[in-house]
Amino acid sequence: MSSSVKWYWFASPQTFYPLAGRIALACAVGAAALAAAGLYVSFFVAPTDAQQGDAYRIIFIHVAAAWMSMFLYVVMAFWAAIGLAFNTRLSAMMASAIAPTGAMFTFVALWTGALWGRPTWGAYWVWDARLTSELILLFLYLGFMALQAAIDDRRRADRAGALLAIVGVVNVPIIYYSVQWWNTLHQGASVSLTRAPSMATTMLTGMLLMALAFWLYSIAAALVRVRCIIRERE
Amino acid sequence: MNWGSWAEFWAMGGYGFYVWGSYGVTAAAIAAEVWALARRTRRSREAAP
Amino acid sequence: MISAIRCVLRRDLLLALRRPSDVATALLFFVIVASLFPLGVGAEPNQLRAIAPGVIWVSALLSSMLSLARLFAADHADGTLEQQLLGAAPLGAVAAAKVLAHWLVAGLPLVAIAPVIALQYDLPAPLYGTLALSLLLGTPVLSFIGAIGAALTLGLRGGGVLLALLVLPLYVPVLIFGAGSVDMAAAGLSALGQLQVLAALLVVSAAFAPWAIAAALRISTE
Repeated sequence: MSSSVKWYWFASPQTFYPLAGRIALACAVGAAALAAAGLYVSFFVAPTDAQQGDAYRIIFIHVAAAWMSMFLYVVMAFWAAIGLAFNTRLSAMMASAIAPTGAMFTFVALWTGALWGRPTWGAYWVWDARLTSELILLFLYLGFMALQAAIDDRRRADRAGALLAIVGVVNVPIIYYSVQWWNTLHQGASVSLTRAPSMATTMLTGMLLMALAFWLYSIAAALVRVRCIIRERE
Repeated sequence: MNWGSWAEFWAMGGYGFYVWGSYGVTAAAIAAEVWALARRTRRSREAAP
Repeated sequence: MISAIRCVLRRDLLLALRRPSDVATALLFFVIVASLFPLGVGAEPNQLRAIAPGVIWVSALLSSMLSLARLFAADHADGTLEQQLLGAAPLGAVAAAKVLAHWLVAGLPLVAIAPVIALQYDLPAPLYGTLALSLLLGTPVLSFIGAIGAALTLGLRGGGVLLALLVLPLYVPVLIFGAGSVDMAAAGLSALGQLQVLAALLVVSAAFAPWAIAAALRISTE
């Protein structure tokens, strides 16, 4: 088969279903392995920070979760756009499958950010540009899920959600820029959760390992969910 | 190795509440999602064999 | 296309003016919400003067959003919307005309009433101009973005609250720069930068929102 035919072959939910299962399993195993390695580095290899003590270890999951929350939104919008443009059911299903995992990581990023902020900067919540943007991102995810849940007709739900996701992804840079501007204006003092301790190689390794672990986990979760959606609809 | 003993490990230099509060909730969130997915898988398998 | 826009605009304005209570309610909401804040945070003049731009902007935002649910609902119910979908005029132009009508009836009056609220908050008189200008530039953007949400949630149960959830995050940049412009002016600095960003948001939303609204209308009515 030529490569273009091969892609369309897998665009059918029926043919994608078994492939998704195999990929999901492989990713789940990989995620567990990488998470174990990442946790080992986070707790047993990375040294205690001079300024923040051991509280900084939260960074390993906070940054990874925040990366995933943003990355997954873009991927979700990508599949939504493909589904809207080419009218492929599976693309729309993928977008719907990604959303809950993205929302989960956004919540984790907010929660860990708050618990990191308390010992470091003295407050659970600071209107830091990134945390505030992350909060709005959570609203965008929840709005997408709420809209799809409110529509009974599956086709309309897919397409309405897709449009919302596209409008959202276009707005995310605008929102981030505006919140950052607002933050610098109002936060004269240098309270910033972006100022992590200077990156030693071990810290970077730990963060990357956790980020990769989260990434593989997200793929596995989304593929399992899309299999559920396929079963529910077909 | 960073820790002299298990006690030190759990204490996290006094920041135990924050570190374990973070890692714990993260693990709980992932576990909740996995559980919810398992439930959805089971339900969809029963509904449409 | 111009005649189609003029026609839809005239029709929507006529319909809105035939039911002045709908229009007046949204404006009254604006005034009430703005009046609630001092009751909640205390009437200390310095504090009120400081929060005035933000409060007025948030109240304007919420009031504008309230009237959005009605934007397409009436036409959808009596079949006019389907006619417009099938008609010769480009749906984007029709959408833009409806948004313009909505803004004239629900957004522009806010610009006029805002100085009265500002008076309540003892905002210094020289800032009124900046406040009015920021609202003048910002409220059409709110109408454009809100219309996308209104089109997406057309006919859905729980529509009003769902619309708010979808649209409020997208309103954030407008709020930040709108209130920010008045804050800058209050600090004695030039608000020109923020106002220019608002103008840019207006141009971009006026250019792209009609397409999104038309697409959303098609999705919602098929």
